[in-house]
Amino acid sequence: MDHSLPLTLTVNGTRVTSRVEPRTHLIDFLRDTAGLTGSHIGCEHGVCGACTVRVDGLIVRGCLTLAVQCEGKTVDTIEGLSDSGELAELQQAFHERNALQCGYCTPGMLVAALDLVKSEPDASRERIREHLSGNYCRCTGYQAIVDAIETVLAMRRTTAKAAGARP
Amino acid sequence: MKAPAFAYAKPRSLAEVCALLDERGETARVLAGGQSLVPMLNLRVAAADLLVDISGIESLRGVSVTADRLCVGALTSHREVEQSAEVARHAPLLAQAAPHIAHVAIRNSGTFGGSIALADPAAEWPACCLALDATILTISKAGKRSIPARAFFKGLFSTDLRPGELITGVEIPLTPGHRSVFLELSRRRGDYAIVGVAAMAKVQGGTLQDVRLAFLGGGDRPLLAVHAMKAAEGKPPLADLGPALAADLSPMADLDTSARTKLHLANVLARRALAALAG
Ligand SMILES: Cc1cc2nc3c(=O)[nH]c(=O)nc-3n(C[C@H](O)[C@H](O)[C@H](O)COP(=O)(O)OP(=O)(O)OC[C@H]3O[C@@H](n4cnc5c(N)ncnc54)[C@H](O)[C@@H]3O)c2cc1C
Ligand code: FES
Ligand code: FES
Repeated sequence: MDHSLPLTLTVNGTRVTSRVEPRTHLIDFLRDTAGLTGSHIGCEHGVCGACTVRVDGLIVRGCLTLAVQCEGKTVDTIEGLSDSGELAELQQAFHERNALQCGYCTPGMLVAALDLVKSEPDASRERIREHLSGNYCRCTGYQAIVDAIETVLAMRRTTAKAAGARP
Repeated sequence: MKAPAFAYAKPRSLAEVCALLDERGETARVLAGGQSLVPMLNLRVAAADLLVDISGIESLRGVSVTADRLCVGALTSHREVEQSAEVARHAPLLAQAAPHIAHVAIRNSGTFGGSIALADPAAEWPACCLALDATILTISKAGKRSIPARAFFKGLFSTDLRPGELITGVEIPLTPGHRSVFLELSRRRGDYAIVGVAAMAKVQGGTLQDVRLAFLGGGDRPLLAVHAMKAAEGKPPLADLGPALAADLSPMADLDTSARTKLHLANVLARRALAALAG
């Protein structure tokens, strides 16, 4: 039976209008309908974090969110956050620290890491680990990922201090 | 896996929600944060013809305080509870427990009411509600009810909720003289607890008064450890509550941990919790 509903939302700054079946997950809508395949799908039951995206500024599971729940909302994916430059420092640090190998987890990791960098400028290694506890990486062993995020936090603190010290 | 097909409605009023749930009966399911229902649908261990999305009912959202109670609206997210200044001040137990619930991305979507309705025996909020002696508020076409949390949880994923009934919020009596401690053991940060304890007491001259110990992962439902509470009452923190806890809890073995080990771990947590309360 066709239960499909009209849907309008903003994806990476662009208004998108479509029709969706209620059972369509946000992550499938983004990948299959919006053509944004940067966000990945791993477990489809909320455990791995590969599908992490931002809805109205908050990180969520794309596989545990229905597209219809996002009516009128603003969704940001790895593509939008890359293009806007918001992720530039983290991407650079991930690259330099070898914080990715196959890259499958990386979009989710970056979106989750950005959330922490923005909300907790003084986060310790322990807090970084806690914040990323819902993002699995099967390649790197996490150490390099934590290093990369720690580097960005330290860099940002130095920049903030320098800015504050200026007369 | 993907969920099978279902219809979706997002009512604008409580009356509309109640009417829909009444009309559609068991074939309709309430959708709050979806952080348990959607994975259950994906894994096809739950089914529904219609999801009734309650997230449009603003009156169910947020934390408020009156002279003698704190009210947590059903739609308040785990993360909102975690970050609420009112909660930290008036029900610190909830603030202590919140970081143990899943991960930030799940805490942003998952709701307080959804967790109470689901009644997972290893979940944090139900055990906290027992320790806090909270009251669950519901509404349905038949009217409103107030159910003491201590009479609400009936068994594995089973509660006193009647068909068509919606949780609107949870009322928590203020206990300004009490201290609280929340401890849990899990294999990884954010995993459901192996076992955990929500503990409260007043401290007078090194002894504990009005001791409350509620366990998660201690049985088929959240459990108030009444024997252990009695044993600990009016004394300095005890080092061993093992025999009392054996009468209070009946943990279920899982893939990694036997029932006996869980009972042992519960005793370890109880000891730590009492010491921390007194400390
Ligand atoms: C990977 C993962 C790890 C998790 N770890 C934990 C954990 O460690 N601890 C923990 O406690 N939880 C954990 N959860 C579950 C999470 O906390 C859920 O958010 C919560 O259990 C349900 O809340 P929800 O708002 O998402 O409810 P939903 O998934 O929308 O609904 C759950 C059930 O409750 C019913 N329901 C929802 N709201 C109401 C209401 N107001 N009135 C009546 N019925 C209602 C629904 O019909 C459904 O049957 C985890 C989830 C995932 C995916
Ligand atoms: S695909 Fe969403 S958490 Fe794994
Ligand atoms: S880099 Fe391969 S899963 Fe993380």
